[in-house]
Amino acid sequence: MAETAIQKTEVKEKEPLFGPKEKQLLSDPLNDNNPITVQVLGICSALAVTTLVVPSVVMTVAVVFVTAFSSLFTSLLRKSIPKQVRMIVQLVIIATLVTVVELTLKALNYEVYKQLAVFIGLIITNCIVMGRLEAFSMANRPWRSFLDGVGNGLGYGAILIIVALIRELFGKGSLFAGSALEWKIIGPSAEYMLDTTSIGWLGWYQNNNLMVLSGAAMFIIGILIWIHRSWNPKLVDVS
Amino acid sequence: MHNTRYIIVFVAILTLVVALILSLMATGLQPIHDRNEAVYNKKAILSAIETTMGVEAASLGAEEVQAIFDEQIEQVVVDMQGNVIEGVKAEDVDLAQERKKPVASRRLPVYIYNGSQGKVYILSVRGSGLWDEIWGSIAVEDDFSTIVGAAFDHAGETPGLGAEIKDNPNFSAQFEGKELYEPDGDYTGIVVRKGGAKDPLHEVDGISGATITGDGVTQMIQTGIKYYEPYFEKVD
Repeated sequence: MAETAIQKTEVKEKEPLFGPKEKQLLSDPLNDNNPITVQVLGICSALAVTTLVVPSVVMTVAVVFVTAFSSLFTSLLRKSIPKQVRMIVQLVIIATLVTVVELTLKALNYEVYKQLAVFIGLIITNCIVMGRLEAFSMANRPWRSFLDGVGNGLGYGAILIIVALIRELFGKGSLFAGSALEWKIIGPSAEYMLDTTSIGWLGWYQNNNLMVLSGAAMFIIGILIWIHRSWNPKLVDVS
Repeated sequence: MHNTRYIIVFVAILTLVVALILSLMATGLQPIHDRNEAVYNKKAILSAIETTMGVEAASLGAEEVQAIFDEQIEQVVVDMQGNVIEGVKAEDVDLAQERKKPVASRRLPVYIYNGSQGKVYILSVRGSGLWDEIWGSIAVEDDFSTIVGAAFDHAGETPGLGAEIKDNPNFSAQFEGKELYEPDGDYTGIVVRKGGAKDPLHEVDGISGATITGDGVTQMIQTGIKYYEPYFEKVD
């Protein structure tokens, strides 16, 4: 009985397809409620895949896909999912989508698939995905859940790409390595060991090896959290 | 609250639907996956002869890689006595599997590149780095001593340190022009020297912070190329 009552009230509410509430669902995770810098979720993959920009972008696309569609499907099924096994059902949905992503990436770009290796599979355990399903999709309608998933995926991806930009620039001296846009910016050119006279812009710059290691990502994310908090007054604890 | 029967039926249907979708997708994409993997492995082999070919292996498309393999590369598999095993292609030999066999019964892949400057033999070696396996392709001239190129890869070396054997093109570029044999015919291999190469003919500079990976490369070449010696003698 309770379920039919909920359905009736939902039908009555006629809201615009993309109103202020929907906008907020997309923009909130990018700033006030960022999954990485505010909720500190999804750190494992943020530390691991951010050495280069291109894999980070691919990872972002993969996570946006998984959060968006797992939210959508969970929301569609939310009234028929038995409460006792809801987490297992959510996990099945997430795992299916992640496998779909993995199979697709393996067919589309084998080299990036090799680079990301285990981290695509580990999207399953990314707390952001399951967190959104539990906190939002189980209680909201499909379209909003979908937007919430997209927003959270993008919020995660935005931080991922910022970290990757810093790490690749200072760790390798390049940007977008591995794609057609590959751009060697600072430091000695690739031939420096063989020919020390051929040096690029800021040729004295030595690549910072710390940036290539995961530890650097932790420092960068820490600094980003600091900047984010001092810039956004809503995030400051008054206590 | 749902009853137990509902839960079982729900989960069963969900599992069936998911299994159907995934198995359809996996079987459907299998041919593309296999092709991608083959191209990836072939590119790794071609990256050892970049200087000979005059193009970067990474810039080659799938068709170009296949064309080079079809037209210019002869694939041979040899046993530990140096005899050519008929009916097997080099690309079907997986060195990772061969390494698990006793030394005497291993098979070794040889890729013979027929370029404008004569034949180049690409030999495969495999060994241990710091964390996991490392492997590589060493391309030699038909005197079986002068190296024309080398390419390395690894399963799990540290990024920025051991992983540089793959990521840093300068490391593998150093192997060009080195000699595996002394002028009098004794085998020396190539030594990755910590602190900088001393012998210009047989040594290359090591990578700072990657001593054990470097030693692994030395060891891998030392033993791996030695396995090919009976074959070198038979071809000569």
